[in-house]
Amino acid sequence: MSSKQAIADVPAETASVTALPARNAATPARTSGIARNPGMELDLGWLEAMRHVNRSALERRVGSMTKRRSIKADNQAAWLLRAVSVMDLTTLNSNDTDERVRRLCAKAINPFRRDIVEGLGIAGADIRPAAVCVYHPFVATAVDALKGTGIHVAAVSTAFPHGLSPLKTRIEEIKASVADGADEIDVVIPRGLVYAAKWQELYDEIVAFRAACGEAHLKVILGTGDLSTLRNVMLASMVAMMAGADFVKTSTGKESVNATLPVGLAMVRSIRAYHDRTGYLIGFKPAGGISTAKSALDWLVLMKEELGRPWLEPELFRFGASSLLTDIERQLEHHLTGRYSANHRHAMA
Amino acid sequence: MNILQRYEAMDYGAAPEARNEADAWLAGRDFSRALFIGGAWRAAAGGKTFATEDPATGKQLAKISDAGDADIDAAVAAARKALPKWQASSGYARARVLYAIGRAMQRHQRLFAVLESLDNGKPIRESRDIDVPLAIRHFIHHAGWAQALDKEFPGHKAAGVVGQIIPWNFPLLMLAWKIAPALAAGCTVVLKPAEFTPLTAILFAEICEKAGVPKGVVNIVPGGPDAGAAIVNHADVDKIAFTGSSEVGKIIRKATAGSGKKISLELGGKSAFVVFEDADLDSAVEGLVDGIWFNQGQVCCAGSRLLAQEGIADPLFAKIKTRMGQLRLGSPLDKNTDIGPLVAAVQRDRVGGLVEEGTRQGAVCWQPDTALPSSGYFYPPTLATSVSPANILAQEEVFGPVLAAMTFRNTEEAVELANNTRYGLAASVWSENINLALHVAPQLKAGVVWINGTNMFDAACGFGGYRESGFGREGGREGMLEYLTLKTPAGAMLKPSTQAEIRIGEGDAPLIDRTPKLFIGGKQVRPDGNYSFAVADRKGRLAGEVGLGSRKDIRDAVSAARAASKGWGEATAYNRSQVLYFFAENLSARADEFAARLTQLTGASAKAARAEVDASVERLFEHAGMADKFEGRVHQPPARAVTLALHEPVGVVGIVAPDDAPLFSLVSLVAPALAMGNTVVAVPSARHALLATDLYQVIEYSDVPAGAINIVTGRAAELCAVLAKHDDVDGLWVIADAETCKQAEAESIGNLKRVFTGNGRAVDWNAGPWAPEALLRKAVEVKNVWVPYGD
Repeated sequence: MSSKQAIADVPAETASVTALPARNAATPARTSGIARNPGMELDLGWLEAMRHVNRSALERRVGSMTKRRSIKADNQAAWLLRAVSVMDLTTLNSNDTDERVRRLCAKAINPFRRDIVEGLGIAGADIRPAAVCVYHPFVATAVDALKGTGIHVAAVSTAFPHGLSPLKTRIEEIKASVADGADEIDVVIPRGLVYAAKWQELYDEIVAFRAACGEAHLKVILGTGDLSTLRNVMLASMVAMMAGADFVKTSTGKESVNATLPVGLAMVRSIRAYHDRTGYLIGFKPAGGISTAKSALDWLVLMKEELGRPWLEPELFRFGASSLLTDIERQLEHHLTGRYSANHRHAMA
Repeated sequence: MNILQRYEAMDYGAAPEARNEADAWLAGRDFSRALFIGGAWRAAAGGKTFATEDPATGKQLAKISDAGDADIDAAVAAARKALPKWQASSGYARARVLYAIGRAMQRHQRLFAVLESLDNGKPIRESRDIDVPLAIRHFIHHAGWAQALDKEFPGHKAAGVVGQIIPWNFPLLMLAWKIAPALAAGCTVVLKPAEFTPLTAILFAEICEKAGVPKGVVNIVPGGPDAGAAIVNHADVDKIAFTGSSEVGKIIRKATAGSGKKISLELGGKSAFVVFEDADLDSAVEGLVDGIWFNQGQVCCAGSRLLAQEGIADPLFAKIKTRMGQLRLGSPLDKNTDIGPLVAAVQRDRVGGLVEEGTRQGAVCWQPDTALPSSGYFYPPTLATSVSPANILAQEEVFGPVLAAMTFRNTEEAVELANNTRYGLAASVWSENINLALHVAPQLKAGVVWINGTNMFDAACGFGGYRESGFGREGGREGMLEYLTLKTPAGAMLKPSTQAEIRIGEGDAPLIDRTPKLFIGGKQVRPDGNYSFAVADRKGRLAGEVGLGSRKDIRDAVSAARAASKGWGEATAYNRSQVLYFFAENLSARADEFAARLTQLTGASAKAARAEVDASVERLFEHAGMADKFEGRVHQPPARAVTLALHEPVGVVGIVAPDDAPLFSLVSLVAPALAMGNTVVAVPSARHALLATDLYQVIEYSDVPAGAINIVTGRAAELCAVLAKHDDVDGLWVIADAETCKQAEAESIGNLKRVFTGNGRAVDWNAGPWAPEALLRKAVEVKNVWVPYGD
């Protein structure tokens, strides 16, 4: 690709970013030490060039992609374990309590029944969700519950899910969650800025969010179900990356339309374009409505086909999910026993 | 590998489709008796068989009875015997049968898919998700046409016994494209599947047995080229439908010349895939995957010539290479396979040879570092860049996974490059600017244009080519017409046009001597050879001397017609309409003079002559009125897309008019051609040539653009042959003696121009295939432009 030339375009101190390994199935994961995206100047000319998103072509691509890749038997079990390892196990309900969050954390620490762990031969591999994702009031609880496990704590922030409180308030919210120990911050953008094409304002807000995050990683939720077109999704995603997002994320789970594969395809192509130009690897997080093992596999296939193996690691890919884990457990049990399982046979979160 | 290792590797692994049902089917039947004739299974009369193999392994799948001449005779006889009853059955009855076939195929969908992949080598995902569902859709769609036939096609009847020869790249789908419309129209069928891929056709015959298809209506005769030739040359076959190479298509055109057989040919292609700088490039790359790497590139309409705008060419090529690295070659029965083997060793070797030759000619060929399976006829996906238009990879249909890429500077050059081919099957246009896309689509010489997509097919949308990609359409209303004829009595046989004996010195000489000339490019010109011939009046006396046109005059006339073609073809229909009205107005003003000329030359009574002039004016008026009304349609295929079936002019049309009713017949032929935007080279009746030379004076002041009508007087048979052999003539309509008609068809194979003749007979200008509406249909090509939408 054109990464050599692209590197010349970015500031000198960023020139040592990790090169993207070839999108080749045989290439092993090499994602440790990924250089963090420093962001760049808002480039409206580039943004203009990214407008060309053909919805029906994207729909055809995801339609055939998911039918043209089939993962069976032991590979399927391995891929489902992979889905768990990139999961942000989430509870975002208005009736959440500390106790509920502790239960969720316990499930994250110990996601599978013992017979499943042994049957699959994964004891000691510590395959479990990458993070637990909660509202700000529960950050401290989660940090406490997950201490020493390596599981991250993500906080939704900036007036989630709408993003419509004063900017100052939203920035303070991020700082509060970081202070409580969250190391991942999922922010929302005000969707109106996209409709109004107020790219500079959107960019400035996200830059401010990033500054408020400090060392915590920034995931920018676009609220794609509110953005109407894939073109808007593409443009918002590009602005978020230019402003320094570590991840771009589809949805809050509260929009009437959740993460869809065409939206995901538009976003992963924006990530590819950003990588081709700057050399930086941006993560992707689809969230909302991903509740079946089958749909999780579709998303993993999307990542592998469009971005390649590195994007199957928690540093670069996450699912936001709540009920997905149980369905995966049922599928894993079926893999081991050949019998179809029931939800109540697996510990709830 | 344990699960943790797989968890690290994150490979897809194999996902094999089960083949036990297909194996059981193969094991359970006697393929030495696989000719399905008159509802019974037979061995070949000569006892011959041929082998069909699995191209992924080279292993034999079955030895199939090989139809010979006697078997084709038997199949045609069975079809002939079944015809009257099938044709006479109600549309509803035929609809029920088509519906039953479609549903029965649906019930055995997976078996069809697995057999197709085994026999052809195409990935199971394609046979399962594309070929078989489209084939089923075709039958169910045509059930509707069967029932609607009388209302939708009044005055039509079944073409009769149809011989159908299909290729190996889409064995079942091509069978469906052939059989469904034939049965809907009331035809009976003798179908020969390709030698490489006979299995699904045999399974289809089993379906016919179960679905209540009357005996003899569908006959399936596996066999080789000899069986194909026997079908083509069979005297009792009324129509030939062929899909395959342009080379064989031309042989069929020549072999059927003068036989009166209706033919439709769907042939090769070298389809352009045009990517403009404002395209969604990632989607265009996926379009190429669906275009040139679909079915291993063994697709007649494969987007095999990539034309990329200079500004985006390098990033586009880079994206293509990256994507090519993701393509998985492997077993056709693996659900993760993108590219299977080519159908046979001979095809793989041919593709390899063309790539080597292309490289020698300067192309830079790139292939991803993908391991080829150890057995089978695999060929890796290939991108050829630095391809000049003259390179063999840009000129020849490769029929393999080879993409030839070129660049262009602007829209005009893109169109020019896209049309720089003998073929004209399909094209793909990629741009997010609808203004640009819809500006380019009509300029492409191709029967199908996909905007921001490729290889989209539907039973409701016609498919077929321009130029040497063949003629006739499959699917939709146009497709039905290929299996129908108009109920008209045959006219009288015409004799070769001869010049009358002239009795010199007895004519009524005009006051001032007149020299009628040829009319070429809007000018009166002397014939190149500078010879003249005499035209007699009704009593054999000299009426005048007209120019004796020769091949050079035809050459000049075609060149003038070509030059006028763009302007006249792109003029608004309203503009053409007004010109034709004005033409009618001016002829009407000189009606007395033309009536007198008719009487002088033909001996018609004053009343009859006047009636012919009036009818000619009326005919011009009619076509002036239809110029802006004989329009295309909009299809709504089962996708979020509209398909615009545009009526486009054929191009340069040669017209050879008969002696009978010399003015009216000439006008009846020329007017519809002009109305639809064609330009014309007319060879009028030599016997009464003075009428045509009088007529150009009317044309001259009717605002007809120079070159839109050209008139070359001379010996019809000779000039007709020159037109037939001229590869820049797109259509040729001939009403003449049988030999002239036959020659026109036989000599048309240089460019496969669209030839329509009266088969040596006089024709009715008011009913049947030469009536005004039927002529308008002959005057257009239907181009289907697919426009997917959504934002």
